[in-house]
Amino acid sequence: MALRTLISGKTLAAAALGGARTLAAARGVATVALPDLPYDYGALEPAISGEIMRLHHQKHHAAYVANYNKALEQLDAAVTKGDATTVVQLQSAIKFNGGGHINHSIFWKNLKPISEGGGESPHQKLGWAIDEDFGSFEALLKKMNAEGAALQGSGWVWLALDKEAKKLSVETTANQDPLVTKGVNLVPLLGIDVWEHAYYLQYKNVRPDYLSNIWKVINWKYAGEVYENAVA
Amino acid sequence: MSKRTVELHWGKHHQNYVDGLNKQLATSMFYGYTLEELIKEGYNNGNPLPEYNNAAQVWNHHFFWESMQPESGGSPEGGVLQQIEKDFGSFTNFREEFICSALSLLGSGWVWLVLKREERKLSVVCTRNAISPLALGDIPIMNLDLWEHAYYLDYKDDRRMYVTNFIDHLVSWHTVTLRMMRGEAFVNLGEPNIPVA
Repeated sequence: MALRTLISGKTLAAAALGGARTLAAARGVATVALPDLPYDYGALEPAISGEIMRLHHQKHHAAYVANYNKALEQLDAAVTKGDATTVVQLQSAIKFNGGGHINHSIFWKNLKPISEGGGESPHQKLGWAIDEDFGSFEALLKKMNAEGAALQGSGWVWLALDKEAKKLSVETTANQDPLVTKGVNLVPLLGIDVWEHAYYLQYKNVRPDYLSNIWKVINWKYAGEVYENAVA
Repeated sequence: MSKRTVELHWGKHHQNYVDGLNKQLATSMFYGYTLEELIKEGYNNGNPLPEYNNAAQVWNHHFFWESMQPESGGSPEGGVLQQIEKDFGSFTNFREEFICSALSLLGSGWVWLVLKREERKLSVVCTRNAISPLALGDIPIMNLDLWEHAYYLDYKDDRRMYVTNFIDHLVSWHTVTLRMMRGEAFVNLGEPNIPVA
């Protein structure tokens, strides 16, 4: 019974936001929409609970989308009027909510149910690059877990590719700052949300447990594709 | 605020900050400092030293527990109410501003009622992560933890409900009054009453 409610929930949320988007689009502002998850809310268990996935997608990500669209409309109006004060004032809302939308859109693609290949280690180009830049796959995981656990407050830990230098690195960003704020050439291959809302209901204060478990559902195939496209 | 939340928040989060700080102090030059000194020195004018985060969070959480009382809330009386009306216009205005500020904080942090030394008035401020008004030179009067761990179990993403319940039912105006009284020893709130000879 829980599974059926979970399935119908996610498409419902996306549909509700579709309405708002068409209205704004008629005024010429290109708004964003909440993307559907490519799997059911409960599909990532036991690594991440269905309840967390549902809230994370339907409440948190949806709120970023709604607030970003709202800020965009206000920005559009302010730009048209030449109201520089408002334009500048809106920047933090845009960075926060836009960043939230960008980051979470990547995050959903970074995850995959175990039954569909989640957790399978990276192969070929990305696999070799990891060995070269970190020594070993285990060393990379250890580094990401350490940096993710040490991050104070809210933020993200990333596996980043510097597409100019063709080098991988582990980066962290605060709040909803996208990876690009750490370097213009940085491409996010993998992002792990370490905001408390991403794990609290299941792991409580034990963020390290969340981090060590999430690897079971990480979609290395997607990360590999992004990598190969970027270095091509 | 549920029992489970307090158990975890106090027993795990707060405890971890205490343990973490003690571990750091074992080999730190700050060994022997009081908690308030740790915060002021550790803040290092905006480039916090490693001990700062644990010290500030230990202090912030202790201050938080004492800012609350079971079945309290409502509104203050006497001198505190007078000062709030003077600095915010009305208690309703203050309450609105407190809730609004709390909701406008992006990410983790705290919302405070502080007594500002320079301006000599009460003010609502938000600080990010573990930043403390002590480090910024002001006198904290009351605070509310806005990190998600403080409300997620009880309210999920509904921060508004959490803040509203705090200000309406949990904040201890009794503690606020005591802190104001102490604060007035450092900040001259009124014109001095000089008797005419």
